[in-house]
Amino acid sequence: MADTRTDGVRAPVGGGAGASRPPRVNAGSVATHAALSLGALVMVFPFLWQLLTAVKSLAEVSRVPPTFLPDDWNWTSFDEVFTALPFREMLTNSVLATAGRTAGQLVFCSLAAYAFARLRFRGRDVLFGLFLSVLMVPSSLLVLPQYDIIQQFGLLNSTPALFLPGMFSAFGTFLLRQAFLALPRELEEAARIDGAGTFRIFWSIMLPLIRPALAALAVITAMTAWNDLLWPLIVNTDPQTMPISAGLSSLEGQYETNYPVMMAGSLIASLPMLLVYVFLQRHFVQSVAFSGAKG
Amino acid sequence: MSVFPATAAAKSAGRRSPTSTARPAPRGQRTAYWFIAPLGLGFAVFYFWPMIQTFYFSFTKFGPFGGHTWTGTDNYARVLRDVTVWQALGNTLIYCGIGLLALPLAIVVAALLNRRGLRGVAVYRALYFVPFVTLPVAVGLVWNWLYSGDFGLLNEILGWFGVDRHYWVSDPSTAVLAIGAVMVWSTTGYYLVIFMAGIKSIPQDYYEAAELDGAGALRRFFTITLPLLSPTLFFASVICMIQSLQTFDLIYIMMGEKNPAVGDTQSVVGLFYKWAFIENAQGAAAALAFLLMLLIAGLTYLQFRLQRKWVHYG
Repeated sequence: MADTRTDGVRAPVGGGAGASRPPRVNAGSVATHAALSLGALVMVFPFLWQLLTAVKSLAEVSRVPPTFLPDDWNWTSFDEVFTALPFREMLTNSVLATAGRTAGQLVFCSLAAYAFARLRFRGRDVLFGLFLSVLMVPSSLLVLPQYDIIQQFGLLNSTPALFLPGMFSAFGTFLLRQAFLALPRELEEAARIDGAGTFRIFWSIMLPLIRPALAALAVITAMTAWNDLLWPLIVNTDPQTMPISAGLSSLEGQYETNYPVMMAGSLIASLPMLLVYVFLQRHFVQSVAFSGAKG
Repeated sequence: MSVFPATAAAKSAGRRSPTSTARPAPRGQRTAYWFIAPLGLGFAVFYFWPMIQTFYFSFTKFGPFGGHTWTGTDNYARVLRDVTVWQALGNTLIYCGIGLLALPLAIVVAALLNRRGLRGVAVYRALYFVPFVTLPVAVGLVWNWLYSGDFGLLNEILGWFGVDRHYWVSDPSTAVLAIGAVMVWSTTGYYLVIFMAGIKSIPQDYYEAAELDGAGALRRFFTITLPLLSPTLFFASVICMIQSLQTFDLIYIMMGEKNPAVGDTQSVVGLFYKWAFIENAQGAAAALAFLLMLLIAGLTYLQFRLQRKWVHYG
């Protein structure tokens, strides 16, 4: 170990690599922790303030200077959110839209990604290039005709309208193709010799092996779907069929300055994805690291 | 520079293996088409066909009862002459410029977290990432409340330092900055995760060697971390630019409809939404969307050209 020697020069007492850390690191690491904690506070405090506001009365939040903790914990704003808007239906719509979009991408992208990574057919590279070109097109270029298509299908103000176009993804195909390419070919060859068909190989051998990539794609798609705003605002204008993101934005129009109600609403709307994040944090981080490693 | 180190190896191994170079049987080819057919169909219906249609729309005018009339380049002329377009374009470029500030912030945090023997790295990363996961509509509402002129917490805190009460989001001179700050706040965690992955791939020996030569923390950051991170930084800046040029959600939420600064803060996509779905000017909206795509393509091309000057591929 090269660093044992160098550390030893500065801290002569040290025996092992761990014990020989120079003492100045401590002062430095206190400063580092201080800076990082300040940053973390800036990141998290708005959410704490959101909760504290949601449980205050309207009279209390209009007080100057503001109180930090509520005089008494008042949960009526949460009830009000549900009477002001069909919030329960909106939550359900969001769950269905998210599930539909995620399931669609997992199925369609993994099938295509496997073909592009492992099967040989005429026009493969041209088709792959064409599919990838979808990545570069801003969504605003597509929504006008997409709206017309949904209308022609008679699907305006329906749950499928929320997830239909989003089920097909160039990014997902690219991500999963990379994962398939990284698997050794010997597995497939062995299975083929044993007489397994292409779909069988895909389904029972290859797909289970790219589980981390599938999880990463699922998580990032679910997040995008839950947070989507522009598309649902366009296709589902009836409050009963809106997802929670669009619903929450209409709450803003109704409760302009009633901040306790708006904070309660936004808390309820963002909580499901936050819970998913808490439990699947590893996959969130992985999905970002995957997407960031294209270069 | 791939996270999938096996990718290149697998590719070349595949090429060398005799079975894969043999001409495939036509039956196998047909199976492959079945694999890509569902996605291909979806792309055709929801992406390729709409692209062609938008291109067509941009040369037409919508009648009040449906139907299009060919108007040549009228829409493009209208877009280029319209003052609100130039204002939206200017705003969008400012959002983009502010949004890019998330990158240096994220790099600094990533470098701090890279400190040897630091505890709680995963906890910090998790906390910094929370704003990125949160519903943008909710983020917009929370920050509107913090920014509120009358009862907002920000004014209260700034008041301790003698700063006067200010209506951050309804004053046109601060609204763009206020929204841009929220963009930086909500994306820093995302880039942090990307940079942490990048820093992890820098060999630890470099730092040890530099330390041996007496390089301080700052020196190590500028001579090791930053140059070796530049490919990641390049990638992140391309993503960041493309995203922020299409910004819509936060502005839509934070400005509402009655805010006097709506026009001063509008982004190109915001203007597109207004034209396409509120004012029924689909033709002009389509032209605007095409110009936005050209802008994105142009700036991305520029970034790729400039990368030679500063990106360091080890």
